Amino acid sequence: MTPTLNGRIQSKLFLLLIIAPLWTLVVTPLLVPLVDGSDASMTASYGVVLVNALQVLGWVAAVGILWELLWHALQQRRWEKDWPILYGMLQYVPEGIVAFLIVNPAFGGLTTAGGVPTAAFLVHFITTVLVTWTWINGPHRIFFLRWRFEGGRFV
Amino acid sequence: MVDPSETITFNPASGQPVQTGPGGGDLTDAMIQTDWWTDQMVADAGIPVIDVPFVSVGGGIGSFVMVNYLRIAGVPKDQIKVLTNIDKPFQTYAFLCNNSQIPVRERLRSDSAATPDNIWGFPGYAIREGWNEKSLKPWWNVFVEPVLADFYTPRAGDVFSSMEKEMGRMGWSDMLAKGQVRMVRRRQGGGYFTILTPPTGTSRTKRIAYRSTWAHLSVGYPGLRYLKDLQEYRETYQDFRRVVNAYEPHEHVYEDLRRRPGVVLVRGAGIVASRILQRLVDDRDKHGAQTLVMHLFRTYRTEPKYDKKWGGGKQEVRHGWAYQGFNVTKASWGGQHRFKLLELEGQERKDFLDYIGGGAHTPRRADWREQIDRGLSQGFYRQHVGEVEKVVPGSDGDSVVSTIKGRDGSLTEIPARYIIDCTGLVGKPQDHRVLADLLEHGGAGENVNGRLDCERNFEVRGAQSAPGKLYAGGAATAGAYYGGVDSFLGLQYTAQQIYLDLASTGFCKTIGPGRSFSHWLKWVRNAQI
Repeated sequence: MTPTLNGRIQSKLFLLLIIAPLWTLVVTPLLVPLVDGSDASMTASYGVVLVNALQVLGWVAAVGILWELLWHALQQRRWEKDWPILYGMLQYVPEGIVAFLIVNPAFGGLTTAGGVPTAAFLVHFITTVLVTWTWINGPHRIFFLRWRFEGGRFV
Repeated sequence: MVDPSETITFNPASGQPVQTGPGGGDLTDAMIQTDWWTDQMVADAGIPVIDVPFVSVGGGIGSFVMVNYLRIAGVPKDQIKVLTNIDKPFQTYAFLCNNSQIPVRERLRSDSAATPDNIWGFPGYAIREGWNEKSLKPWWNVFVEPVLADFYTPRAGDVFSSMEKEMGRMGWSDMLAKGQVRMVRRRQGGGYFTILTPPTGTSRTKRIAYRSTWAHLSVGYPGLRYLKDLQEYRETYQDFRRVVNAYEPHEHVYEDLRRRPGVVLVRGAGIVASRILQRLVDDRDKHGAQTLVMHLFRTYRTEPKYDKKWGGGKQEVRHGWAYQGFNVTKASWGGQHRFKLLELEGQERKDFLDYIGGGAHTPRRADWREQIDRGLSQGFYRQHVGEVEKVVPGSDGDSVVSTIKGRDGSLTEIPARYIIDCTGLVGKPQDHRVLADLLEHGGAGENVNGRLDCERNFEVRGAQSAPGKLYAGGAATAGAYYGGVDSFLGLQYTAQQIYLDLASTGFCKTIGPGRSFSHWLKWVRNAQI
């Protein structure tokens, strides 16, 4: 990929506010039992788990904008001013750790149900990264012809 | 031969016989000297006129990608004419590839997602290759490139066969009109006349005029470029055997060097030099050739390219060669460098173009680097640096001797049996008949690189004929607001910009997400557009 800073942020928000929520709807049934067993105080209905999972995405998106500033700065050190798709995946390791600290009940616990337990977070986060990363590196272009020439921007 | 008195030319748009005037069907002096033509002038000359809204001149990969876009954007076949002297859009390209030692099984220097047969760039050639050959290797390659592996690049043959398939899908051959295009002139009242000289015996008149609202020129490189000293040698001594351009057929060089030991001098340090070198070393490795390769650098790169003005990062150098994935930096196609270039004019644009793609450079490939290392250590590959003073035939009658002036002023003579000029192709519009005519009579001008001056949407500046426009693409536009114009991806970008401009006039539909998706599904099913 060859994103611009603006394009990075737009693409990330597109992924986390559109593609990732769609995936979250699908994966939530798998998260319910992982939340259910983790803590007696947590109610594990589909609705509650979904709402909290979406809040995780909100955190990843919000903090993600700051991360993109860093990734953009690192990109400036590259001759070709590109961002290899491998980096596009690896960048989610530190991003995921920070998100984990924000939402894990043992640390920040900053979702309405008091946080998302570790196993549910891992399943949700890792699968979401795989789905959104795959989407943006391929099928995305089927719908948005100009995207690849516009540094990842939509507008 | 076709008997003119028994032939009637039909206008494919109207189905009516084409009316011609009293003239003999050839260009008149008055026409040649007039910048803007009237319908009457053409009729008086007896040149039949065929009406079609969009004409693409060239018929190569640039025309192909352009027309593909328009077809997907809903333009019917009868609204488009491609004027060309080749049957298949990749014909000229394949010819040049083959000569420069990229036969169909070898790999190009092109990104996986630079797909002339597929406007979306998905699936790229790596995904298709992995799928077709049940191999994860190409997939893994694009996943880790260029961090843990060199860039994936497609096999020439795979690109050609994919285009062949797309030709059928869009009805390419139905839109072709064969012949040699002589000129494009503006028409009083709007639009253009494009004059085609059909092959002898195929039409009633010597010329046919295509009257269109829009014209698109994608004519490729005008010719092969020879270094001045080599051109002088060839002309003076009429020796076209020992001194060859890498892009012309020169198989006799390899055949001879396989038969008997010899010295060959390679000039240039770009991708073509890399391929030629590989062929020479492969012949040593596989066929026991005893070739000694002398490699002459005009610029021996010891310091990586770096310019604080344009940003961080350094272009890698090694053993005098400079390394870069593609002909311009990756970000030039759709990233930061593209946006930067859109803002630049004049000398700044020239400087920036030089930064992102100037000078000779070649892609990093492990096998090439290994051959260079081995050649240097075993002595069958030797490097020289300097300017050529003169090139003369050797006294033994079996060689050509180059006198090289080194940087310290010393003179060295390098006798070789063959010299292979790997410095490239000519891009000057003056060397192409249609482009030269456009500069002289069509209102077009030169850009910072001396090529056709274009707007950001590839409209040729000064050549408007409202409501019509003239567009250009490919090598002729180098120096425009875009870096890699003569690459597959650049042709896709160019076509996209032109399509967007045409969509704003209502000539074609906008390819929104819905249309894009449905046409992509058609592509997958190989269904007719």
